[in-house]
Amino acid sequence: MSDWHSWLFWPDSVALSVLALGTLAMLFLYAARTPMHGVIHSLCHLVTQSTRFFSRWLFLSAENLRLRNQSVLLAHGQEGAAQIIEREFERVADIIRKDLHEFPALQRKLMEEVTRIEEDYRKSGEIPPPPPEWVNALESVSKLKSGGDIPRKLLEDIHKSIQKIHDKTLSEYRRSYEERHKILKAAQPAWRSVDKLASEMEKKMLTLQGNAKQIDGHITKYEGMRTRDSKTEHALTTSAFVQFFISGLVMVIAMGGAFINYKLIALPMSEMVGASDYITDSLKTSDVAALVIILMEASMGLFLLESLRITQLFPRIASMDDRMRHRLMLASLIFLIILAGIESSLALMRDMLITDKASLMRDLASVAPVVEDGWFTRIPMAGQMIMGFVLPFALAFVAIPLESTVHSLRTVIGVLLVQSMRGLAFVIRFVGVMFKRIAKVLELVYDIPIVIPIMIENWVKALRGNVSDKGQIKSGSTS
Amino acid sequence: MKRILLIASVLFGSLFVTACGDSRMHSHAVYMLVDTSGTYAQEMNKATRIINYLLASLNSGDSLAVAKVETRSFTEKDIIAKVTFDKRPSQATTQKRAFKAKIEEFAKQPLGSAFTDITGGLIQGAEYLNETQAGIKTIVIFSDMQEELGQGTVRDFPIKLDGIRIVALNVTKLRTDNADPRLYLDRLARWEARVRKAGAVEWVMVNDLENNMESILKTR
Repeated sequence: MSDWHSWLFWPDSVALSVLALGTLAMLFLYAARTPMHGVIHSLCHLVTQSTRFFSRWLFLSAENLRLRNQSVLLAHGQEGAAQIIEREFERVADIIRKDLHEFPALQRKLMEEVTRIEEDYRKSGEIPPPPPEWVNALESVSKLKSGGDIPRKLLEDIHKSIQKIHDKTLSEYRRSYEERHKILKAAQPAWRSVDKLASEMEKKMLTLQGNAKQIDGHITKYEGMRTRDSKTEHALTTSAFVQFFISGLVMVIAMGGAFINYKLIALPMSEMVGASDYITDSLKTSDVAALVIILMEASMGLFLLESLRITQLFPRIASMDDRMRHRLMLASLIFLIILAGIESSLALMRDMLITDKASLMRDLASVAPVVEDGWFTRIPMAGQMIMGFVLPFALAFVAIPLESTVHSLRTVIGVLLVQSMRGLAFVIRFVGVMFKRIAKVLELVYDIPIVIPIMIENWVKALRGNVSDKGQIKSGSTS
Repeated sequence: MKRILLIASVLFGSLFVTACGDSRMHSHAVYMLVDTSGTYAQEMNKATRIINYLLASLNSGDSLAVAKVETRSFTEKDIIAKVTFDKRPSQATTQKRAFKAKIEEFAKQPLGSAFTDITGGLIQGAEYLNETQAGIKTIVIFSDMQEELGQGTVRDFPIKLDGIRIVALNVTKLRTDNADPRLYLDRLARWEARVRKAGAVEWVMVNDLENNMESILKTR
């Protein structure tokens, strides 16, 4: 209360004091109007310029990042496409090496078969023996007009001879046809063989053609990447996102498996490392040990798949010579089998511990022991043991989605970062524009309390203007 | 491959080295005093149930001791059974069975003492619990909390129960309490004040053994 009273000129008359203070403040604000407008304008201008500069920098950085992402994406895509093309070429080379290296022999065989068929065909095409010459003589005799026994006898002899010759010719003709049929029959397998060879060749050529088409497709993609085609870039980005989500999903499933695995071995691990040991306040050593076992299994799986060249997360392993890689593969596999064995025995131990504890609880509660129902009560134990052995191998395959995640994560993060930077740049630019407009608003707001002096100023200006106008008019009229 | 072997051995090594960390701070130690004087001698089956509950609830690394309250209880001879459970759960289960057998054997013996030296039992219990170096220390008193000291037994001095929880179980009302309930309430209030003054972190009373057994080990 006394604080604001000290501001009053005349504490007894508050209204008068406030009026005096208001007038003084108004006068001060009016006097400081031009510099204050300058300050407001400068500050807003400063903010506008700064935000503009920052926004521009963000846009440029986003663009640089996009270009870098594009380079990485295309390089990665090129690498992938080159690998696929290489594999396709390998397949083609395999087909050529396996199937088409027999092509000359096949061709020779085909030609032989064709020659044989042609020969057989030629043989089968023999013309039947022509009718004997005496047919014409017979015709001449038959045209004789004079009757008698001589022509009749002659004709009978001729008839007999003809009949004889006819029979002989017919039998020869039949034999000849039989032989030709035999030749044609013998040529049948050759035709079939030719047909088979031709269809085989067609099939191989079709496979080769399919491979060639695939290679063409990959080469087109590769060319698109080389020319930095936006369509290809978009396709690669989309593919990276799809890959990221799919591999993420698989990873989540694998994590579920790992969790089950962890639950399976956490309790029996306490038998090995002690149930009452803690690393931190809430972190049991046995839990950490179980986790380490699972992580080691995953690592061994990773090394195994690396050495099998299924994944390529470690260039060092990929560039190893085959003998060394083979050794690494064997070592990883042995470790994995050992760990799977350990886990299986831990699963058995878990079952034993649980059974023992349940028995103790029954003893403590003075409840009659449960009678064993038979072999099927052992099923959960067997199931646990099998799971304990199988899960590490299943977990080993997590390396594949992990590789996909790692590779696609860079693209995904890059795209998200670029979009975030662009979004932020837009917001900052918007704020800058707002400040540009707000400067005028602040000037007007400043002018509101000093509206009376401004009005007086305008009035005085108007008055002066009128006076000077009148003076000018007067001077104009006298001149 | 040598490098991989080295990494694997380092991992295994670190696993077993870390397994050797101090675990006492996370363990629970319980000292149970069982009143064997007068009518309380007939309550032994109830005490056995509580001991069984403790056996079922305590884990590897925890400690449990059961002692009887007699004419003069500040002696280790009054400890019926004591155990610190092994780190391995399978061994701990075996120890629990052996402990249960000891308690059952004790319960079969004829009980009954002329006086009730609760303070002596508390001092003995505190000594035992401090030796265990457990993170949570609890003294469970299965008694009507009516202390009756024999001639020559001196217990009217300040005791030390720093960092120990005190749980009074099955505090039955005496005939005189029924006549004047203030006696019962005053007795409990006096004990609470005494143990709190001695440095006890908590005073819990559990009379409903059917539904409130969890309060014995539950810390606030």
